[in-house]
Amino acid sequence: MACFLVPATEAIVATVIRKAMEAKGVKPEKVKLNRDGRIETAEKLPFTHKLKWLTNLLWGGSALLAFEHVWHGEVVPWFPFLTAAADPADAAEMLHEMSTVGVTMAVLITVVWLGMVAVSGALENRALKPQAAKN
Amino acid sequence: MTLLVTVFAAIVATVKWYKDAPKGEMKLGILCWMYWGASIMWLVDAVFEYAELKAEYFTPAPADMLNDLFLGLSVVALGLIIWLVRLLVADPRGVVRGALFQRKA
Repeated sequence: MACFLVPATEAIVATVIRKAMEAKGVKPEKVKLNRDGRIETAEKLPFTHKLKWLTNLLWGGSALLAFEHVWHGEVVPWFPFLTAAADPADAAEMLHEMSTVGVTMAVLITVVWLGMVAVSGALENRALKPQAAKN
Repeated sequence: MTLLVTVFAAIVATVKWYKDAPKGEMKLGILCWMYWGASIMWLVDAVFEYAELKAEYFTPAPADMLNDLFLGLSVVALGLIIWLVRLLVADPRGVVRGALFQRKA
């Protein structure tokens, strides 16, 4: 009915947070990597970049799901835009769907993103470990 | 069916993105994020539907299946259009700019 509105709202919040963090202009941490005996200076992926993964997933998914809702006639280009909002009984059902399916969608996307952040962090640490051992 | 079509589109886009990396000129990352985001969301939708319908979920009516396939393909097409617009606007190879502004000898 309108489950995509929950991840779309999370996308707005996450984008605002990312923009605010980028505006602060925190410089990415520089690290030295040992690649086959050659020492290279590289920049660690900043957190704002990782936050962009989350906003990309949320915006992309919400956009395609919004299209699905248009397809099923649940979203229309005239007020109140959601067909379920015109009838109180349908509106209650819509809110129930948003609080169950919509919230679960947002939570699962966030969990997947947290997994990606954890894996990328582990890969960064693994790349830095041989260097630290040599020092 | 929509979920299945989107998951396959996400896998193909990710493989293409990996082959294109690290240059990433074709900006295939946009496609990957869109398709994976939608796939995760439709997975949740499918789980809730399965909880309601149980085994009946796996035996949809042919008309419903066809409609879902049509929707899945339309979603993939919409994703490709969004990606194409962003690619042409970003114009990483300068092809569009080259076509718009003729060079003087």
